[in-house]
Amino acid sequence: MLAKRIIPCLDVKDGQTVKGTNFLQLRQAGDPVELGKLYSQQGADELVFLDITASHEGRKTFADMVQKVAAEIDIPFTVGGGISELADVERMLSAGADKISINSAALRRPQLIDEIVSHFGSQVCVVAIDAQQDGEDWTCYLNGGRIPTGRDLFSWAREVNDRGAGEILFTSMNHDGVKQGFACEALNRLAAELTIPVIASGGAGCMEDFRDVFARGNVDAALAASVFHFGQISIPELKAYLKKENINVRL
Amino acid sequence: MKVAVVKYNAGNIFSVVHALQRMGVEPLLTDSPRELFSADRVIFPGQGEASNAMHYLRQRGLDQVIVSLRQPVLGICIGQQLLCRHSEEGDVDCLGVFDADVKRFVPLRHEDKIPHMGWNTLTPALSNAEEATSAPFPPLLKGLGKAPFVYFVHSYYVPVCKDTAAVTEYIHPFSSAMHKDNFYATQFHPEKSGAVGQQILHNFLTIDTSIR
Repeated sequence: MLAKRIIPCLDVKDGQTVKGTNFLQLRQAGDPVELGKLYSQQGADELVFLDITASHEGRKTFADMVQKVAAEIDIPFTVGGGISELADVERMLSAGADKISINSAALRRPQLIDEIVSHFGSQVCVVAIDAQQDGEDWTCYLNGGRIPTGRDLFSWAREVNDRGAGEILFTSMNHDGVKQGFACEALNRLAAELTIPVIASGGAGCMEDFRDVFARGNVDAALAASVFHFGQISIPELKAYLKKENINVRL
Repeated sequence: MKVAVVKYNAGNIFSVVHALQRMGVEPLLTDSPRELFSADRVIFPGQGEASNAMHYLRQRGLDQVIVSLRQPVLGICIGQQLLCRHSEEGDVDCLGVFDADVKRFVPLRHEDKIPHMGWNTLTPALSNAEEATSAPFPPLLKGLGKAPFVYFVHSYYVPVCKDTAAVTEYIHPFSSAMHKDNFYATQFHPEKSGAVGQQILHNFLTIDTSIR
């Protein structure tokens, strides 16, 4: 049976991971390649590297990092941040990334999804969506949650699905950083309405949150950053716990 | 040992090159028949569309080269599919080493998402289910433990047939590894399957060619 996936996410700026980590065993705590390798040895199913650099030099450094990750890490990885045209996708894939994720660029120009899919296939195209709940409504945001678009989460997710994207990575802005659990209701609705895998992001605080997002949110994968980086949750422990809770994970 | 990787118009060829380099093997990425014929091992990897790939191979005569190889050959992902008789993807005749036709997955339930993407388990191929749970894996898959997880990304599959070496269940059972004579193949990506994948590549490089 296809396993549910656990995905650590690493924010990278100028070639270094941004949030600090509690991994004393790493020689260079800020080196994304070393941290990624450690997670893969611990049983992470995939990795996501997000480039949060603005400068041109930073971009170049990120591409170099992608090459190193491809050479040294033996599980699939996705790269995102600053991908706004086909040439960016091409550059990341030829550096060795398995998948790319796009966010604001897709909302601004949805046709980009079609272009990526027709050139490189569905499986490389992850579309990330940041949305915030206000009353009953979920609204999509641009630029890392800074600009509201007025676009409804579920209608945009459906469009992304129908344009051929391979996966949706949904971050609830209400839950992100709060560590009180994932947005299980909205995730469950996405999983029910879409025909492509859904990756949950935002809200992981404890191991039970992961159980709930798989059992109640019915998602295919769960992504988290700080609970892993700060050692609050270790991946081997998390997977053993999920297995015990009858969630099918790779051990 | 000389390991050649077939160079053609498929994506993700470098990931297998990297995996071999991590194992201390420096492979030769080549489309030269002479180099392919003289290698100790040939890997036929890739991700892509079947009819385009076949067209490319035929134009360069690589289709004839690949089927004539006598050393151990490992097809990966689309490599496995191209070693079959025919593929529904682009309705194309393939290399015909394995006696099977490649089909597209058809979902039966809402949960059956396509492509089949992620980590799934291998079971040795045997008709009797009781035997299968205790049966050993074939040489390519030895030393992996019980029901090992490997990484898949594909929308087309090879049905279970007489050349099936391992079976995986997604929507229905399909051939996740195959073997016939000197031809080995995996539908999954050993180069992206962590320690299990590395063991499989190691098994391939150390297959005893005197006893096949």
